[in-house]
Amino acid sequence: MSTHTPSTRTERDPLFGGNAGMGSEYLEVRGLSVTFDGFKAVQDVDLTLLQGDLRFLIGPNGAGKTTVIDAITGLVPATGKVNKSGTQLLGRKTHQIARSGVGRTFQTASVFEELTVLQNLDIAAGAGRSPWTMLRRRPGVEPRIAEVLDTIGLASLAEVRAGILAHGQKQWLEIGMLLVGNADVLLLDEPVAGMSKEEREQTGQLLRRIGAERTVVVVEHDMDFMRQFATSVTVLARGRVIAEGSVAEVQADPRVQEVYLGTTAAAEYTAEIGGA
Amino acid sequence: MSTTTPAAPARRWPAVPGPLRTGAGFALAAVVLFAVAPAVLSDFRLGLLGKFLCFAIVAAGIGLAWGRGGMLTLGQGLFFGMGAYVMAMHLKLADAQVRGDAVPDFMSIAGVRDVPGWWQPFASPVVTLLVVLLAPGAVAVLLGLMVFKRRVKGAYFAILSQALAAALATWVVGQQMLGGSNGLNRFRTFFGFDLSDPANRRLLFFIAAGTLLVVVAVVRQLMRSRYGELLVAVRDQEERVRFLGYDPANVKVVAYTVAATFAGIAGALFVPLVGIISPSDVGIVPSISFLIGVAIGGRDTLLGPVLGAIGIAWAESSLSESFPSAWVYAQGALFIVVVGFLPGGLASLGGVLRRRGRPAERVPHEEPDEPASVRTTEPEKEPVA
Repeated sequence: MSTHTPSTRTERDPLFGGNAGMGSEYLEVRGLSVTFDGFKAVQDVDLTLLQGDLRFLIGPNGAGKTTVIDAITGLVPATGKVNKSGTQLLGRKTHQIARSGVGRTFQTASVFEELTVLQNLDIAAGAGRSPWTMLRRRPGVEPRIAEVLDTIGLASLAEVRAGILAHGQKQWLEIGMLLVGNADVLLLDEPVAGMSKEEREQTGQLLRRIGAERTVVVVEHDMDFMRQFATSVTVLARGRVIAEGSVAEVQADPRVQEVYLGTTAAAEYTAEIGGA
Repeated sequence: MSTTTPAAPARRWPAVPGPLRTGAGFALAAVVLFAVAPAVLSDFRLGLLGKFLCFAIVAAGIGLAWGRGGMLTLGQGLFFGMGAYVMAMHLKLADAQVRGDAVPDFMSIAGVRDVPGWWQPFASPVVTLLVVLLAPGAVAVLLGLMVFKRRVKGAYFAILSQALAAALATWVVGQQMLGGSNGLNRFRTFFGFDLSDPANRRLLFFIAAGTLLVVVAVVRQLMRSRYGELLVAVRDQEERVRFLGYDPANVKVVAYTVAATFAGIAGALFVPLVGIISPSDVGIVPSISFLIGVAIGGRDTLLGPVLGAIGIAWAESSLSESFPSAWVYAQGALFIVVVGFLPGGLASLGGVLRRRGRPAERVPHEEPDEPASVRTTEPEKEPVA
């Protein structure tokens, strides 16, 4: 497992702090709070996500990682500010946020199982289609869909019903659905959960590839996977951001170690730190 | 990626037939409806079949809204009733005009001397036809937006739509100007044609048959379109569709409106064909009956709802002639058996039997590609069919 060192990087690889310079697309979260029946699930979270930065969001169970994504995508009501390259997102409806280019996946793959891989992608690509186009048949495969089929490695399975895909393939299809929809902010909720080692490796490479031109946030529990592919890391605990920085910085942070101590992940985590 | 090979793709009988089979199917249906049926059926039986075709038109819409869109439309009697009563009012006014009476016959019996103001627009055939074609759909758009934007779905939607059909029936019972619980009946003419003439009754049957063919063609186009794919996606994963930038409420409103429009047209055809419309044709029981044929035929196929509706109505009328009280039980039993053991309806029977027949046979599958990102060389661009 060769870690990327600066000398082997190409210009288009994801980078800490983003790779697009001043013209970067961005997602800026300020003071984001979510309260469920008086319980503060997320409190005053600030995140600055730049294009070309493969950001991992980690933290113990119940830290509020998924809730942050839910709040950004309009699934749960939240207070604060979410600014995507100049557009305010909070308060808008879920489908409007999606149309503005913020895409997400779910912990359990939720593709349209009765439809083929191609139909899934075609629907994902079509939110802006005119009624007239909608009422006619799909004429063929649009070039951008063919391209994404290649990117996610499902070109030979285009006509297969999505319901019979393997778990990993469904996750890739979900990511592909965000790509054809031209999402430039991708919020991926545990994309490699339940995947084999081989699939994780492939998914990580896929994330690096697509992360070069987009803003990608990955919620993850798998520390190995995080260390291997993250360019930057945000650690959440009890609804707050407790650390942020490069993988090395975050791992060295005593607050992060403290959060992971006393939890089930603690032993594993300290062992990993020792081994790293 | 040998660890992630999927199960063999199951070859399925397509729910929507391709162009060749469709052309053949439409030709066959046209021959049966326009040549065979009038030749072999008595005028009375042909009229009955015409009535069943009206139910089939309603069923085609339910197949779209329920089978493809997942909306359990338990209250299509509402839209059917709107179309039917509007047509019935026009026919009563036209009959009165032919006879030179000031008011329709049932009104003069009740001692009413002037036609109520809200009846008057329906003296015009054009207004009547426009209202029949547009009003049920307009009501469905309003209802649909109110209901689906608030994310009412599933059983709540079904109960709500059924309550509306019940409300219409109850309201009509109280309306003496709509014939109350007796309904409106004894129609003598249909747009100037004498309804007692068998040739004209045959023409009416042809109109119903032609309408059914058009309705099936419309549903087929909708099912095969991108919209049809999106509708299935909304049915199966409504929330997911939202995250792709669509408002699922709008997607559902379209199918609901189409189904309502079909029901309204069917109601308007039902009136001259059957000769009566009463609250018992628009309330809860008929609304459920519409659904039973669709479920038994196979709700997510193109022809299942249509054939199911005709078959059930046919069985009902012929069996209740011989066993008047037994049919209800037979219908109930059939419904339970189909819903419990054959959720796809009779249309799925062939597929189930085929799978039983050769369980070992599997369609060979291709190895999936690896993601391009892990390829050592740039993949050649292959044309995708």
